[in-house]
Amino acid sequence: MMQRFLYCLPLFVLLFWALTVVVSLLWDFHPNTINLQKILVTPNLHALLGYDDLGREVFARLINGARVSMLVATVVTIITMLFGITVGLISGFYGGKVDRFVMHITDVFMAFPGILLAIAFAAVLGAGLGNLIIALCMTSWVGYARLTRAQALSLRNRQHVLAAESLGASVPRILFKHMLPLLAAPLVVEATYSIAGLIIAEASLSFLGLGIQAPKASWGAMLRDGVRYMLVAPHYVLAVGLSLMSLVLAINLLGDQLRDYLDIKVTIK
Amino acid sequence: MKSADIKNPMIKRFLGIIPVVFGVLILTFLLVHLIPGDPVEVMLGESATSADRTQLRAELGLNHSLPAQFVSYLGKLSVGDFGQSIHTKTPISSLLAERLPNTAKLALLALMIAIAIGLPLGVIAALNADNWLDKTATVFSLTLSAMPHFWLGPLMMMVFALWLGWLPVSGMESATSIILPALTLAFGLAAILTRMTRASLLEVLHEDFVRTAHSKGLTEYTVIIRHVLRAALLPIITVLGLQLGSLLAGAVITETVFSWDGVGRLLVESIEKRDYPVTQACVLVVALSYVVINLFTDLIYTQADPRVKLV
Repeated sequence: MMQRFLYCLPLFVLLFWALTVVVSLLWDFHPNTINLQKILVTPNLHALLGYDDLGREVFARLINGARVSMLVATVVTIITMLFGITVGLISGFYGGKVDRFVMHITDVFMAFPGILLAIAFAAVLGAGLGNLIIALCMTSWVGYARLTRAQALSLRNRQHVLAAESLGASVPRILFKHMLPLLAAPLVVEATYSIAGLIIAEASLSFLGLGIQAPKASWGAMLRDGVRYMLVAPHYVLAVGLSLMSLVLAINLLGDQLRDYLDIKVTIK
Repeated sequence: MKSADIKNPMIKRFLGIIPVVFGVLILTFLLVHLIPGDPVEVMLGESATSADRTQLRAELGLNHSLPAQFVSYLGKLSVGDFGQSIHTKTPISSLLAERLPNTAKLALLALMIAIAIGLPLGVIAALNADNWLDKTATVFSLTLSAMPHFWLGPLMMMVFALWLGWLPVSGMESATSIILPALTLAFGLAAILTRMTRASLLEVLHEDFVRTAHSKGLTEYTVIIRHVLRAALLPIITVLGLQLGSLLAGAVITETVFSWDGVGRLLVESIEKRDYPVTQACVLVVALSYVVINLFTDLIYTQADPRVKLV
């Protein structure tokens, strides 16, 4: 029973945050209402997580931050998956010069460690939700392209692909109907981990002031503000940090479970 | 000469980074041109006089065509000229020379701490697979890997500097100032290292040569250190090399949190001041360091395992 519960815990945590997003869409928690009498008031029965440095309710802002975080992660994942998978399939299918060219391009993008390129793009494009999404998209399609390409190469000469080709099936049909379904499993696992990575990336950029702009709530910007008042009001920074951690941990664990379930050997990049 | 003609794999690997470096140069060069609108206007702000603007435009060479600008960019870089900061007018090369050693110090210390924590923990976890020690190590590494630097950093600051008062909060005045940022950078890597070491060891532990070593009557310690760990080390080296790059990226945030004067903080400061030539130079330097680190990892890899051939 206990084991069962622990196994399902990551899913519960994710569902909890998904639920808060839905609720925040239906219900206005007034995340931007300033109450100067309540600046940095610690948690109490009226406000479960207390108030921030401008007297705004931390709970309300946390929920709105979760919404931004999950919105960005979802949008970027959808766009980069579509683009990366298409590029990877084409590269793996045609091989030769096309493949070499694509690999050179991805090599260049991978020469920038971690979040560095996203920081650079966000810096020149300027802050804001749209530019944040663009910056993250520019950098995170590479993983999908590499993974898809590697798998597509091994599928290229499978009999059913050759058969479809000789029967005159069009290239898009071969790519998306005959090859894609066979490599969907590792891509789903990769996507799960990448969503956790994107949530951290969004918060990092917002932490540096390159993402979501005030007064809109985002976890990264809240953490930055919270750090400043860490000594007098630790509840603020703790609430945001623990929330972020719970969501990222839950998604990573779900990725592990998914990987075991689909029985994939994912190599660490 | 086509690259296929070159037989020595070592030289081939060296030549292989040329297109990558070239691509990195193009991408960083184009960064400034991605600025929406007029880059000069964005950098100087609205209060600048038109004379200032014309001067900066000329300094940055923005009057020329894109290819001409790129050629002159490469020409200047080849003699170590990164241009100058828009605000302080100091040459960027001297800024980098001042900041790079600090980042290197931080990253290397973090790497050593990560190895000192991750490797033993991974070994302990693997040897005690599935009992409570293993589970504790797994929980430790999972929790740490879900803690980004901008959350772990403040947390450590809160506990060790503010509550316990053991270490300085931030800055770099005292010799102990490096400890908290280095620990912050190290923990994430230690978490990955623990998991990698555990997985890698578990694969090797059931090999025939390990059983042979045991049956020869070698002590448990000798078997683990001399036989198992040596064979399990290869994937660990690869991960370390790749992750050293993530240390460089993580340094951007960690240095900002702890006011550590490294390249990462320089990058963030330059972005805040819209000093884009500095931003460009920092991005370039970090990316090139990463390329070089990966190159060396590959070379170490071939030295550590004679079976591995560079393709």
